[in-house]
Amino acid sequence: MSVGAPKIPVVVTEVVQVNDLIKRFRFQRRDGDAMPTFSGGAHVVVEMDDHGTRRMNPYSLMSAPSDTSGYEISVRRDDVGRGGSLYMHTHVQPGMEMVLSHPVNLFPLDNRAKKHLMIAGGIGITPFVAQMAQLQAMGGRFELHYSMRSPALGAYAQVLKAHYDDRVHLYYDEEKQFIDLKNLLKGQPLGTHLYVCGPKGMIAWVRATATEMGWPALSVHSEEFLAPPVGKAFEVQLAASGKTITVAPNQSLLEAMEANGVEAPYLCRGGACGQCETEVHRCDGHIDHNDHWLTDEQKASNTKIMPCVSRFAGAALVIDR
Amino acid sequence: MTKTEFEPSIKSRPVYGVLEAAPGLAHLIVADGEGADAVTEMIARAGTAMLASTHIIYMPGPNGCDKSAALQALGAAQFRSSPSFAAASSRLAKVVADAHMGTQIYVAGTEGLIAQVCQAVAAQGLPYESVHTEHRGSTVRRVQCVHCKGITENVTHDPFKCSHCGLSLFVRDHFSRRIAAFQGVNIDAEDPGLVPDSVERFK
Repeated sequence: MSVGAPKIPVVVTEVVQVNDLIKRFRFQRRDGDAMPTFSGGAHVVVEMDDHGTRRMNPYSLMSAPSDTSGYEISVRRDDVGRGGSLYMHTHVQPGMEMVLSHPVNLFPLDNRAKKHLMIAGGIGITPFVAQMAQLQAMGGRFELHYSMRSPALGAYAQVLKAHYDDRVHLYYDEEKQFIDLKNLLKGQPLGTHLYVCGPKGMIAWVRATATEMGWPALSVHSEEFLAPPVGKAFEVQLAASGKTITVAPNQSLLEAMEANGVEAPYLCRGGACGQCETEVHRCDGHIDHNDHWLTDEQKASNTKIMPCVSRFAGAALVIDR
Repeated sequence: MTKTEFEPSIKSRPVYGVLEAAPGLAHLIVADGEGADAVTEMIARAGTAMLASTHIIYMPGPNGCDKSAALQALGAAQFRSSPSFAAASSRLAKVVADAHMGTQIYVAGTEGLIAQVCQAVAAQGLPYESVHTEHRGSTVRRVQCVHCKGITENVTHDPFKCSHCGLSLFVRDHFSRRIAAFQGVNIDAEDPGLVPDSVERFK
């Protein structure tokens, strides 16, 4: 959600250890009201107060879109990340009060589709759990191919298999089971839409294979949230607010602006949505464009930056904020 | 003769490209009238290898232009000549219903044909933007009367009388992809009888 947008004050009502790496959290409104309805594929930004550091991470909603009594997310623990998932795993307990953004959907189903073909890798399963519940209620046709490391680390695999039966196909890396993508894409009826959520390499592989086999770009959908990468500290001049700020190694430019009281727009905080796009007035150095929003030409020209994930190294960076 | 150049207009008005063969498991080509030239030129550039997995559906243009002999001579795996789009539409619906993803779809010829093929394809769930299009030949329009909803094919004059309800209609560039037609709006609603001279705008 952008600056000034209403937020949802919630209380944590359930924390479930799903497996060694994944915990599931359920949130309900503190005032007891219904949550806003959402569409499968939507995410919320969870605000955390990590001992003075404000963290805001996007997580896909995995509860049924028709369930307005609460929202559920699953969080995979990343021991070498910046700390948001570790905070969720080690500090968030039932009864704790937190704040969520309203749901935003950057990965919606295209309901014109004749059939929905879903490909999930690991924790990338979460948006599909909500989408399948939505399609089941609408009578939509779908098929899930879910690839994971092992049965022990495959969150929800058995639950989904039991519920949706032969519409769910499971693949375990440890048992040398891999998705036969070419064969799978070859047999799909015209009007099928393809959705992929998982690691970067998987998304690139699925997109490249689909293109090679003649799938139109508009029939292929993917979502990947980037965590803001860590790096060296750098200084930025903010032209509109007349401030010069320093971005710490484990802080994003967006977070540094917020910490200095500068209001900047944002939505996904993961380089995907485009909301935080900012004009660059002067770039005397190199911008590490970590987003997948700007085009290659825009990145090369250094006239725009996405402060949620991108960093800078050099003599001077002046941006319009 | 090459692709038709249209004046830039409002966003709703469709724009067309130049047919270029794209990688695919199969190729479905629909054309009318002079659209046949766009097809033969595309295959001349791409090579004849694609013909083994190509299905062509062709019909004469609204101006009577019929190049079916030239298209048949290409030697596609399947070739079907129809007297009109209406006669070909049930075949087209069956072909797209049975087709698989990876089938490239191309349309060349008049706007009415392009619009109706995109409509049939979109009804199957394939985004209409993924159809390869090129305009050739007649610029007559397929127009829906926004009042009675009747569709008049091959409109040449503006304003014209709706072939269903008889109102005098102004032909707009406002286009409906869902209905596959330009919109015709009553031109003398406020001053009945005050109808400007009809001009031949589409040939």
